[in-house]
Amino acid sequence: METFTGKVWCLGDDIDTDIILPTEYLVFKTIDEMKPYAFSPLRPELAGRIQPGDIIVAGNNFGCGSSREQAPEVVKALGVKCVIAKSFARIFFRNAINNGLLLIENSELPDAVSEGDEISVNVNEAIDYKGKKYPIVSLPDNLLEIIDAGGLVKAMRRRNGLEN
Amino acid sequence: MGQTIIEKIFSHSADRIVKPGDIVTVKADHVMLDDIMMPFIVSKFREMGFTKVFDPECPVIICDHLVPASQVDDTRAYHISCDFAKEQGIMNLHRSDGICHQLMTEAGYVKPGQVVFGTDSHTTTYGCVGASSTGIGYTEMASILGTGELWVRVPATIRININGKLPDNVMSKDVILKIIGDLTAAGATYKSLEFAGDTIDNMSVASRMTISNMGIEAGAKCALMAPDAKTSEYCGIELDEYQQSLFGDADAEYEQVLNYRAEDFVPSVAVPSNVDHVLPISELGDIAVDEVFLGSCTNGRLEDLHAAAEVMKGKHKADFVKFIVTPASRKIYLEALRDGTLDILSDAGAIITHPGCGLCCGRTGGIMTDGEVVVATNNRNFLGRMGTSKVKIYLASPKSAAASALAGKIVSA
Amino acid sequence: MGMTIAEKIIALAAGKPETHAGDIETVTLDRLMSNDGTTHLTIDMYNKLKDPHIADIDKLVWIVDHNVPADSVKTAASQKKMRDFAREHGIKFYEGEGVCHQIMMEKHVRPGELIFGADSHTCAYGALGAFGTGVGCTDYLYAMVTGTSWVMVPETLRFNLHGKLRDGVYARDLILTIIGRIGANGANYKAMEFGGDGLHSIDMAGRISICNLCVEAGAKTGLMELDEIAFDYLKEHGDRQPKAVFAPDADAIYEQVYDIDLAEIEPIVAKPHFVDNVVPADEAKGVKIDEAFLGSCNNGRIEDLRVGAAIVKGKHVHGDVRFMVVPASRDVYKQAMDEGLIDTFIEAGAIVMNPNCSVCWGACQGVIGEGEVLISTGTRNFKGRAGHRDSYVYLASAATVAASAIAGEIVTAQD
Repeated sequence: METFTGKVWCLGDDIDTDIILPTEYLVFKTIDEMKPYAFSPLRPELAGRIQPGDIIVAGNNFGCGSSREQAPEVVKALGVKCVIAKSFARIFFRNAINNGLLLIENSELPDAVSEGDEISVNVNEAIDYKGKKYPIVSLPDNLLEIIDAGGLVKAMRRRNGLEN
Repeated sequence: MGQTIIEKIFSHSADRIVKPGDIVTVKADHVMLDDIMMPFIVSKFREMGFTKVFDPECPVIICDHLVPASQVDDTRAYHISCDFAKEQGIMNLHRSDGICHQLMTEAGYVKPGQVVFGTDSHTTTYGCVGASSTGIGYTEMASILGTGELWVRVPATIRININGKLPDNVMSKDVILKIIGDLTAAGATYKSLEFAGDTIDNMSVASRMTISNMGIEAGAKCALMAPDAKTSEYCGIELDEYQQSLFGDADAEYEQVLNYRAEDFVPSVAVPSNVDHVLPISELGDIAVDEVFLGSCTNGRLEDLHAAAEVMKGKHKADFVKFIVTPASRKIYLEALRDGTLDILSDAGAIITHPGCGLCCGRTGGIMTDGEVVVATNNRNFLGRMGTSKVKIYLASPKSAAASALAGKIVSA
Repeated sequence: MGMTIAEKIIALAAGKPETHAGDIETVTLDRLMSNDGTTHLTIDMYNKLKDPHIADIDKLVWIVDHNVPADSVKTAASQKKMRDFAREHGIKFYEGEGVCHQIMMEKHVRPGELIFGADSHTCAYGALGAFGTGVGCTDYLYAMVTGTSWVMVPETLRFNLHGKLRDGVYARDLILTIIGRIGANGANYKAMEFGGDGLHSIDMAGRISICNLCVEAGAKTGLMELDEIAFDYLKEHGDRQPKAVFAPDADAIYEQVYDIDLAEIEPIVAKPHFVDNVVPADEAKGVKIDEAFLGSCNNGRIEDLRVGAAIVKGKHVHGDVRFMVVPASRDVYKQAMDEGLIDTFIEAGAIVMNPNCSVCWGACQGVIGEGEVLISTGTRNFKGRAGHRDSYVYLASAATVAASAIAGEIVTAQD
């Protein structure tokens, strides 16, 4: 079971995909070109300050709006280790799983932490913050399979005999 | 036990009785691929190791977000779309015919009871003809292109009954805005919304389309209505036994049932910057308007243009208001042209553009700057969607939008 | 000593009985046109003045036409600045009504006037015998505040047109031929004056097309003698009365005189990347195109749309081509709707946009991408003009553009 620790960035409710990655950047050729603009309508400085291993903690309905998969991709590309939110929008959830971005639903932690705090995550068990444990609910088996495979692309490559 | 519409569709697809929570693999009857996502779809397709599309008649490739091109990079996605279609023998290619969600039903692709996926969140739109349709990302789309199928988790259903006669100045847009306001933006996450009642029965397919289109704004997986005689006429088919069975059974299990009286709906807006912050226009006070946008897959159809023309006939928009009209498809543009609607709107001072997503997706088509206020008939008013984050977007019906363009402030018809 | 049309107009504006090429005169401007290309810059400078005031508000005409509908926050901000200022000061303001020069011709320009426009194609107004010239925002600001400016009276090149253009040959082919002949700076600082019996055989749309493109030969302005056709146009468009009607004196002095037999003009194409890089259209045949554009202040009038519609009627735009059709003004659009032309274009698969500068401007809609080829009725084909810096623009007549849109490659209407 994987355990990791990271610094927290806090966002509120209903963080939509137009905030996570505005439409005007969708025509950039690569995710790397897009990532400096992640969250720019709301927090223009954020993308530049996120370090690999950091954790985003948000309120309800994170990722609502468009089906643009570039949204979870840029979050992953910025090095965010996982997103913990009270709830996730549906399409964003699937897209994140397919890209190997770990999402964790927990309704209490977002109200407890402050930006800059450190938390510890024991995947599929609990989050550890200031000595208190916040239990995490397991993902369904079929989603765990995709994550285990390393994402949907790897799973398909395996199916096409391109990967072991 | 009885079933909801979505349970019937997925049962039909899985060839066994399914219930909410079940994971099933379904075959896609059609998939919708829009230009702005094509470069990533194709790249993932290739990265996955696929060389041939599973069934070239299944995909429909539609160029709508980036036509006409407003940035030099737009043509890249356009060429990738056309080249991939050619390479794979995909004949269903629309280069400049209008918005994807309009064309999928208008051009006859989606039929009642089908299972459809699209790389755009408003793919819920085709629920208006009783199809299961939902938005997905480009990686999953690539996997469907290669395999023809996708896993889904059967959703629970929220049933929404609407009965009675809508007031004259109320359109289906006002209905769905109120419902989203009540449900909230995540109130239907993972759920299927099922709409019924005589108000729905009396609505045109175009009006139903507006409702299904906005289902995603409450987080819904799909937003369906039972196919009926109007559906049959719209789709140009006779409903077969399966399609005729696609209504919610009296003993079906619904997670939630909401009942509305049509007479209670009023002209409404979603205020900046969330779709679920809905208020009656009468409660707004004086809000001056800089721009009005009539268009999008939500409200760019002929009946929407007619509704606006009726309000504006013989009148002119207020000075210094930009009034932008973007019909949802080439077919609609032609019809509006031939029946004099575009004439009326032009006389009213409209800037009439070519059919496409236009301002809705916020790349071009009427972008705004700090302090500007827009009344728009599309489906989203998120922060920064149509320009800077200090632009205020109010979502409204075509009638309200037209009335606001005349008045120079937000009013109902 | 006799005067050319240009000299007469400047003399009148300077309040003098006569003036001649080389003189520098202080003139009172009759009209001041500015569009969303530079007005926001003018406003910024205006606001920095110690005693900002406008000499004569009625003479100002401000038009939003380049980026309509707005394509970026930057564009939106500059337009808002323009809109707010116009609203505050009561300046005549058009937004989404069409290309500036088309609106000026339809509604404002009068023969004999001296007009500054903050746009290079202001020379178009010569088709109505007005001296229109493009200026930068500083000159515009000065004229806005004082109502006056200095001008150096230009030399004039005289073009005597004889006979009639052949079928399938248009005014656009004529002006491109002339520019090819005298070169992109062949008329630098000069006025290009058109007359002769052949002028009468050219309709107003064609005359505007000719004068409009003069700046591409470096000219300060284009000017034409007036006749019944011009007067009819004024009558039909608001019954405007001339300020003055000028014909050149018999003993006017020209730097050079050209005699042009209109019957000898052929369909012409200006190849990338210069307007004077002209060849007979036949020589450009076969070049595959990605986009075709019918519109602009040069060829977006009803006459141009009629030509284009007649060619595409009953046919379909080539699968690999984006055919953009953009009427130059709301009046043109309305008339095109009435005549069934818009119907024809839409049925044929064209992309019809609202009246604005569109593809010609190359920075808002219909931009072309890397390696793409455009054939256009716009005014310029400089490298990168229509979009990506590595793209190619061919200039041609409405007929050649429409025929090419069907064929998928450059062809003439005759083919």
